[in-house]
This record gives sequence, C-alpha cells and structure tokens, in this order.
Amino acid sequence: MAKRVRILIAKPGLDGHDRGAKFIARGLRDAGYEVIYTGIRQTPESIVATAIQEDVGFIGLSLLSGAHNELFPRIVELLRRENAEDIVVFGGGIIPDEDIPQLKSAGLRAIFTPGATLKQIIEFIESCQHDRNLS
Amino acid sequence: MARAITLIESGGSEGEALIDLLYPHFGPARIIGVTGPPGAGKSTLVDGLLTELRRRGERVGVLAVDPSSPFSGGALLGDRLRMARHAADSGVFIRSMATRGHWGGLTLVTTEAAGVLQAAGFTTVIIETVGVGQSEVEIMSAADVVLVVLVPGAGDDIQALKAGIMEIGDIYVVNKSDLPGAAELAAVLRFALRGEGNPALDESEHPDSGHADSGDPNTLPGPVHAPQIRLASALNGSGLAELMVTLEQTEARLQASGELDRRRRRRSATELERIAQAAVRGWLVDRGIVPVDPDQLLREFERDNRGPHRFIRERLEEAIRNGNRLSGGASK
Repeated sequence: MAKRVRILIAKPGLDGHDRGAKFIARGLRDAGYEVIYTGIRQTPESIVATAIQEDVGFIGLSLLSGAHNELFPRIVELLRRENAEDIVVFGGGIIPDEDIPQLKSAGLRAIFTPGATLKQIIEFIESCQHDRNLS
Repeated sequence: MARAITLIESGGSEGEALIDLLYPHFGPARIIGVTGPPGAGKSTLVDGLLTELRRRGERVGVLAVDPSSPFSGGALLGDRLRMARHAADSGVFIRSMATRGHWGGLTLVTTEAAGVLQAAGFTTVIIETVGVGQSEVEIMSAADVVLVVLVPGAGDDIQALKAGIMEIGDIYVVNKSDLPGAAELAAVLRFALRGEGNPALDESEHPDSGHADSGDPNTLPGPVHAPQIRLASALNGSGLAELMVTLEQTEARLQASGELDRRRRRRSATELERIAQAAVRGWLVDRGIVPVDPDQLLREFERDNRGPHRFIRERLEEAIRNGNRLSGGASK
C-alpha cells in the first residue's frame, strides 16, 4: 500500500472563524488525503507538536485575524528547531498582497487568499509531492 | 515514533521488520478501549481521562481512529480537536488513524501501533474507535478493558438488550448526564446488562449498583465481570474522578481473576491470525492467483464462467501443480 499523504489543517491565533478551514479540510478529504483538523485557537507550539506526532507532510494554516506576519513564520521556525523543516507549510486567509513576499521568504511555500480555488490548493500539494518523490 | 507508526500503517516489509525488532519491548502498559456511537462524546471523554491519568503521573498515548472514505480514500480526522489542551504536553502522544478500508471500528494495525507506543515508554494507551453502530466489536480484542460511551435519547430498552456492542463493555458510561433521560438510560442498562429488574430496589440487595464499590471481587453477582454503569459529563468533568476509580477497580478485578491475562493472550492469537491471513494473501497475489486488480480477476472469471468456488479452486490447484506459478503468469 502506498504511503498516504497526511495534511494538518490548523488555526493559530485568536479568531474563531473556521468555516474556511473546514471547507478546505472537507475538500482535501474528498481529494483522497487524510486530513487532521486541530480546531480553533491553537498555539504555534501545539500545532508543531501535533504535526510531528501525526507525521504529516503538509501543514495548512488558516488565519483571519491579521496576526499572520507573526504566527506563520513562528511556526516555520519551530519546525526548523525540531528538525521537521521537510513539512511543507502553506497559509490562507485574509492576507494582504504586500505581506506575501515576506511570508514566502520566511518559509511559507504558498499563500492562498480569498478567491483561491480548491483545485489550486490540490495542484500545489500534488506538485510538492511530485518534487518530494523525485528527491 | 511518529515515523514508525507511519511505516507500520503503510504496510510494507520495512514496517514488518520494525515490528519484529520492537516486539520484545511491547510492554506491560495497560490498554484502555473507548467505543460508542458517533457524537456520544468519546473524544471528550478521552480528553477527561487524559487529565486524570496525567494527574497520576502516567505517560499516555492515544490512538484515535476515524473512518476513511470508501469513495476517495481520504479522511477527516477530528478526534484530537477535543483533546487540544493536551497537544503541547510531552507526556501525551496523540495519533489520529484512518481506517483505510477496514470495517471493524479500528484500523488493521491498531494493536501494532499500540505496541510501538508501549515500546516508547507510554504506561497507558487509549484506543478510541470510530463512531460505532451495533456490531463493530473489534476493540474487545484490542484493549485490556473496554468503555462503552452512550448518551440518553438514542433508543429504548430493546436496543440495550441486543447482541454486539451492548455486550462488550466492562464499563458503560452514560455521558452527557445533564441531559434529560440519563438516569433512565442508566436504569435500562442496569436491567439489560446486570439483570437488575427494578432500579428502585433496596440497594443492599445490589451491593454493586451505582456506587464506587468495595473493590472486593467476591461481592460481584454472576460471572467474572458484570459490567459497571457510571454517569458522567465529559464536557464539564463531572463523574470523571469516580469513573477513574471504577476503571482502576475493574482492571484490578480483571487481573485478579486471570481474565486480563486471557484477553492479552487472545489478542496475540488474533494478531497472529491477521498476520497469517495477510501473508497468505500476499502469497496469492505474488503468484497471480489473486490479481492486485480485482477487475482483472473478475474478467478472468467471466471468461471461465463455471461457478466462483470452482474457478478459485482450480486456479489454486493449477498454481500448486506448476510449482506455485500460475501458467498465466503473475500479475505484477
């Protein structure tokens, strides 16, 4: 049996708006992935601990409160500290275009803003998987 | 450890070798099974048990099983959402597992994953099944002690008399005990599971009814374990301390009677049988008797069209005659 792709969908920060995260989780389930959902208001530390215990290949972060510039890079940094930088981190939510370059340079592999389709997210995951299988 | 579980879940020879390597360290940790219908509060109850067990200094591993889609193969694993306050505690390891086509309430490799946690030094392992219906009783052979979590308002006393899930519990937890009907459900369970015809009877006639009992195994009516029935509200924490006491007494009783040992031996036997079946299937696939692709097998059957039993038997006999090699060649 092939190794299944496991994805953590996590909500850091203080906003409780999880409709988007649940929609993505459901869509990725239908695309054949095993999706672990953390629920709202998770700390970067608990998200990283969860990702490691669950041995996921991807973390999708959803945040609508505006704290993405602090919390997203913090999570990437914590993963690095745990030698888990092979986990691909992507983000989504209300994120201004001008913040995207610095998030990417901080290690976020993709940022999906309102209007992004599920198909785009799946294509992103598949292309990362493709690169992973080559390396 | 997380990687080890992934390897075992993936089901290849590497995972098998790992199991053999770790097997001597599959330890004496207790395994608590938690089962019940969807939405009964299994995960929330596990969250409460985690708090109680951590207070006692236990290191706890949790295997939380949710179903895989029969269509996409994907899964939404949401049990740990209810246990979020333990996520950053290094004394707790929570792993979500998808059933991946297995239908008994657990995954194929739950027992082996529990073994990995034991080998890593966890002193208690909790296995939470998928939300079950009436007949997913696999947890019975995977755990030392089984908690069945029920909620009021889900059927009458006939449901409680049916075979299957209503027979496998050592402890029945009436969760959401603040809802109307909780006391009535507990009474129905006492009648159905313990033969107590009238819950209003003088308690002295039922020394074991509804109390954290004396712990004396001789006070039990009937066989080794008449199940215990406890009210709790996992969400607000009421009844959990009492439930832990009942759990510990039940474990002590199972150990004293030799039942715990019998269960563990039965678990090993079940595992051996499962591994043998998987090995036989691998053997059949390797020799092309059963193609990996079920459609291919069906097409060959349709060409032959002389009855399914005869079709398979003749394939098997031909493979054995030809030195384990089917004339059509292996399908891989």
